[in-house]
Amino acid sequence: MISAKGLDLTFQTGDGPVHALSNVDLEIGKGEFVSFIGPSGCGKTTFLRVIADLEQPTGGAITVNGMSPQEARRRRAYGYVFQAAALYPWRTIEKNVALPLEIMGISAAEQRERVKRTLDLVNLTGFGKKFPWQLSGGMQQRASIARALAFDADLLLMDEPFGALDEIVRDHLNEQLLELWARTNKTICFVTHSIPEAVYLSTKIVVMSPRPGRVTDVINSTLPKERPLDIRESTEFLAIAHRVREGLRAGQSYED
Amino acid sequence: MNPIALLPWQSVAALLAAIVALAGLPILPDGMAPASTALVFLLVLTGALVPLLRLPTATESFVLFAAAHGPVYLLLSGITGHEGQAGLAFFALVAASWLIAWRLVTVLSLARPTSRPMGTLLRLVVPTLFGVWLLLLWEAIVRGAGIPFILLPPPSLIGVRIANSLPILAADVQQTIFKSVFAGYFMGCAAGFSVAILADRFVFLRRGLMPIGNMVSALPIIGVAPIMVMWFGFDWPSKAAVVVIMTFFPMLVNTVAGLTAAGSMERDLMRTYAAGYWQTLWKLRLPAAAPFIFNALKINSTLALIGAIVAEFFGTPVVGMGFRISTEVGRMNVDMVWAEIAVAALAGSIFYGVLALIERAVTFWHPSVRGG
Ligand SMILES: Nc1ncnc2c1ncn2[C@@H]1O[C@H](COP(=O)(O)OP(=O)(O)OP(=O)(O)O)[C@@H](O)[C@H]1O
Ligand SMILES: [Mg+2]
Repeated sequence: MISAKGLDLTFQTGDGPVHALSNVDLEIGKGEFVSFIGPSGCGKTTFLRVIADLEQPTGGAITVNGMSPQEARRRRAYGYVFQAAALYPWRTIEKNVALPLEIMGISAAEQRERVKRTLDLVNLTGFGKKFPWQLSGGMQQRASIARALAFDADLLLMDEPFGALDEIVRDHLNEQLLELWARTNKTICFVTHSIPEAVYLSTKIVVMSPRPGRVTDVINSTLPKERPLDIRESTEFLAIAHRVREGLRAGQSYED
Repeated sequence: MNPIALLPWQSVAALLAAIVALAGLPILPDGMAPASTALVFLLVLTGALVPLLRLPTATESFVLFAAAHGPVYLLLSGITGHEGQAGLAFFALVAASWLIAWRLVTVLSLARPTSRPMGTLLRLVVPTLFGVWLLLLWEAIVRGAGIPFILLPPPSLIGVRIANSLPILAADVQQTIFKSVFAGYFMGCAAGFSVAILADRFVFLRRGLMPIGNMVSALPIIGVAPIMVMWFGFDWPSKAAVVVIMTFFPMLVNTVAGLTAAGSMERDLMRTYAAGYWQTLWKLRLPAAAPFIFNALKINSTLALIGAIVAEFFGTPVVGMGFRISTEVGRMNVDMVWAEIAVAALAGSIFYGVLALIERAVTFWHPSVRGG
């Protein structure tokens, strides 16, 4: 689905170049759930943006669905959930979720049906007529997830979608996301700062470290596809979490 | 305890003014009956002392209202026909009524409305009283001090002039506002907006057009107006052309600025949907630009009025607000000039007010409107 080889990205800024991605090699198969974890500034967002054709790599090669990222974007191959909700304040929640559908020219009846379904999915039933600024930050973030789910793209790019939510809602949405993923066989790239979240959700965990941003470890999860919430207490789960933590620590020690 | 200490400061000041007035009697050498003079004092004293009774807000407001407006009415009717004869007592009593009115406004501002219509009424009453007292003081000073009407006519005279010249004023408004201003305003704003979109779409236009737009805005109106008369004739099209020139640039600059107002994440979102230029413009960038565009519409409402009136100084058929002002000044008919100014101010306020209402409805989502 996604294949990156020797990917490099350097931002030219006022005070010199910033090496955001350095020699990133990564293969993501169709139907995988990949988590990116690493300290702030290690290039997680940048990598997602390269996949989404929002940023141009300065070196190396990347294909998405066997195409260039630009072509994949033109074919609306992915839904993107940004780090902030980025809802349009002049549109109601309903209209915000319908925005991609309007742009893709989907019929009004179909729009209504999909908006309702995705709002139900993220537990925002009954909030469709509200404006974004009338909702809490967490509800706004859920609305933005609904917006990315509204059109059925095969690939979901999610940049810390649950960062602003409380533990309970987060658990619930994690379960929902897994269920959605299992049901639809989407490929999901998911950025997070939480080790348990990464281990619970993923089939593959990519550990990154900063300055320059690079991949230090890729962990293939041995957990079964069926994952009740209490799998998080199993020894297998804890072993993977341990390995992720070790990977993060190793990346950290490069800096000293 | 000393009852004076319980009085609000406006009441104390009104009492002092009344004492000064007593010392400076008579109010007018031969202008006022003793009965009227006594009534003025009685009302002022009532108004000054009523806070001591601690009446309910509504009752107190009515008393204050009568005590403020009764004396000033008597004083102004007394001075009419005796301009310039006012002494210290006249001005002291006007000041006393004004202070009582001030007290009234203070009481009303602190009042807790019991229902929504009451609240709306209260919100309207305070600014109205403010405006009315501006006119009353103007009237009292002009008549009391005997300022020549040619320098500054009292508002009552301007009001009479307006009432007596309604057909002329209506024809002038029709010519200047409904023809020149509206036509020029709509064409100028539409042109500024369209060019802004073009400049946004095609970079080479932005490079070429913005400096030219800038230059056009710097053209002096007194140079442009006669040229427009030569091009478009004496009637309203030449005035509308001046208005187009004046309103074009503010709209251009504001729209260009507004089109950059959408945040980068909001734009990236459109990019992930592979939205086209026009879709992004329509669904994201124009809504985000709306506060800027309304800003230009409001600025332009004022500019258009000024432009159309001034342009009429440079040749026009025998109708129009600018034409009237320039000819009546020549004939020393100052009250007619003021009547036109009053009408222009009123028309300008309505124009602006309507735009502000539409703005509130369209940009309801903007933090400055929804208050957060
Ligand atoms: N548009 C840009 N211009 C210049 N530098 C940038 C730009 N975007 C990101 N960077 C830099 O690239 C590096 C990686 O940024 P990125 O946003 O990918 O980090 P991140 O891993 O997503 O961090 P966080 O967890 O805080 O979101 C940082 O050092 C950042 O300063
Ligand atoms: Mg980030």
